[in-house]
Amino acid sequence: MSTGLYSPKRSTAAPRTRRRGMRAAASAFRAVLLIAGLCGSWTANTQTRPIVIGSKNFTESYLLAEMMAQVLEERGFEVRRRTGLGGTLVAFRALQSGEIDAYPEYTGTLAQAVLELEGELDETELNARLAPLGAELLPRLGFNNTYAIAVTGETASQLGLQRISDLADLPQLRFGFSHEFRDRADGWPGLQQRYALPQTSSGIEHGLAYLALLEGDIDVTDAYSTDGDLLKYDLRVLQDDLGFFPAYLAAPLARDDLDADVKAALAALTGRLDDEAMRTLNAEVVVEERTFAQVARSFLLAQGLVTSTETRAPTLWDTLARNTLTHLKLTAIAVLAACVVGVGLALLVYRSPTLSAGVLYVAGLLQTIPSIALLALMIPLAGVGQVPAIIALFLYSLLPIARNTITALITIDPLLQRVTQALGLSELEQLRHVYVPLALPHMLAGVRIAAVVSIGTATLAAFIGAGGLGEPIVTGLALNDTGLILQGAIPAALLALSAELLFEVLERRLVPRHLVSQPGT
Amino acid sequence: MSGIIEFRRLTKSYGQTEVFRNLDLEISPGITTGLVGESGCGKSTLLQLINGLERPDRGAVHTFGRPVPATGLVAFRRRIGYAVQGTGLFPHMSVARNISLLGELEGWSDSGIRARTGKLMSLMALDGELKSRYPHELSGGQQQRVGICRAMFLQPDILLLDEPFSGVDPLTRADIHEQFLKLMGSESTTVVMVTHDMSEAVILADEIVVIREGAIVRQGPVERIKRSADAYVTRLFGSVRTS
Repeated sequence: MSTGLYSPKRSTAAPRTRRRGMRAAASAFRAVLLIAGLCGSWTANTQTRPIVIGSKNFTESYLLAEMMAQVLEERGFEVRRRTGLGGTLVAFRALQSGEIDAYPEYTGTLAQAVLELEGELDETELNARLAPLGAELLPRLGFNNTYAIAVTGETASQLGLQRISDLADLPQLRFGFSHEFRDRADGWPGLQQRYALPQTSSGIEHGLAYLALLEGDIDVTDAYSTDGDLLKYDLRVLQDDLGFFPAYLAAPLARDDLDADVKAALAALTGRLDDEAMRTLNAEVVVEERTFAQVARSFLLAQGLVTSTETRAPTLWDTLARNTLTHLKLTAIAVLAACVVGVGLALLVYRSPTLSAGVLYVAGLLQTIPSIALLALMIPLAGVGQVPAIIALFLYSLLPIARNTITALITIDPLLQRVTQALGLSELEQLRHVYVPLALPHMLAGVRIAAVVSIGTATLAAFIGAGGLGEPIVTGLALNDTGLILQGAIPAALLALSAELLFEVLERRLVPRHLVSQPGT
Repeated sequence: MSGIIEFRRLTKSYGQTEVFRNLDLEISPGITTGLVGESGCGKSTLLQLINGLERPDRGAVHTFGRPVPATGLVAFRRRIGYAVQGTGLFPHMSVARNISLLGELEGWSDSGIRARTGKLMSLMALDGELKSRYPHELSGGQQQRVGICRAMFLQPDILLLDEPFSGVDPLTRADIHEQFLKLMGSESTTVVMVTHDMSEAVILADEIVVIREGAIVRQGPVERIKRSADAYVTRLFGSVRTS
């Protein structure tokens, strides 16, 4: 029986299963959306909506977002930070869907990754194209974080290097470039052509390139012009005297319907940061290990953009409490919905081995999609933020719940099934009084697995802007900051443990003791 | 007098194996009928044809003077008690709830349930303090008595017993037989009992039907069957005497 149950060969009626399953799943989705919507509107109605500032998950983006947030707070706006979004597309979708109101972006990135254009556009042209997408690029911050060509300070002074053109006369120099830079048209191939460089290049991991430079294994490498590591290792950036590299001018990108007051407040940052300043600030985070809030504060103070050293950035405990609550909300909604759908599906199909196999097959298939991929797949379907995260967690929770319920139901003693029928219990009474109570230990175990796994998986949801305990983990990963990672990992582990305990208590309450610890159940 | 249960030209197969072919059998109301035969002769199947757990391939089964219904089986089966070897008690329910579940489903009052449970338990010599126990905390004999109480709860018109007293020691069995006869004395139920044990049939039944390889060898009152000269019937008695 059980071999038939899991055999994909038997799934000849799969289309019907799927259709029925899809319908149930669809209504569950609607329920989840409704609950999420209610949560959303509840928070929206009980307070004036705060301005949500987002960032991508690298140092400079976090830092700029923090500056934007502090400038707004200084001017009396309430700000919520939604940092660490897992990439340009995620951040842009979050902006479009209203999950965030503004985040720092770069002109080159907008042109290439969002608008998919080749060639450069000035801000007016960019904004003309962004307007239909509901976004507006605010005045630029000043610096240009583009590709740069870097050499050690020593090499620069020995050879008198200042401009990229100077390299043309030095064929003996060894070039080591990151793989991406060697492949991109706006990287090495174009550069070599424009400057008529005689050298060849070798490929090297970007993370190792600076060390190779310092060790003298290579003489020249590619870098980002505002990288804090340039200061850390005392590297020199050569001037792009022929203007080859496209501009990656940083500016706040905002929703075009954002309040004019807010846009005006953000404009205080216009032109305040040149390459050198940005590089220094990045280095303060990376090298001196100060927090984003501290670095942003001291810069804004020096610029006269804020007046006190007190930041209104949330305290550790505020952040912890908010992240934990969000995390709980994500997993609780997902697991509850999976209980309803998973148990419902199991009850519908368990009498038919073919249908059971179909349901478990589909649920198993969902389980094999790596969590980060499933989250990414959710973006085009459900956007970014909490809804797609909840849907993904829901899909993951289906299998353990459905599988355990089906297994428990089909392994009920055949004699008991016969007697239950013979005594004259209706199908509903059989389920209610006999099958479900007997299957309960198994079902609870399934829900327990789903809950614990969801709590773990939900940490990844921060990549698509769902918040939760993954937020400090993502930031910590970007900064290589173990302390920050633990701010997410420890509470997540404690949550998982609490879930285990909760289910132990539930099991003790709901299941007679002699049915709990039967071996093999 | 027409039977309360009738099999008419019944044919029933499992896969390639034909268990019954054109079987005719009539069971009289108000008495206990013992269906006796060796294991595998198909007697359990006959019981399950009566309450619709099995369906005939050909022919008909009439219960209460009508063919076994295709719908409304729940109400139909609540008029027919059922107790089996191995009992099939609900492991997650107390003894009292096992016995009275059907009353609960029928919407009986609490006092009605308590009274009926108490009466059945006392007739089957089950101590009142067992009420709150779970089935796994009972002896084999106690479990079988609970199974009988459960089957009798709604005062069914028919009681089907599928070897419900096998698998306990002879003394306990004799006790249960005695209690069962006492119970039958206080209820007016048609009993159809399947057993491989002729002595049990002789003690409990009014009529005996001897079945061999899906066919009826003899049918009649206990005394007549006891006097039968049929070699197979003699052998069934013989095995009792020697065992």
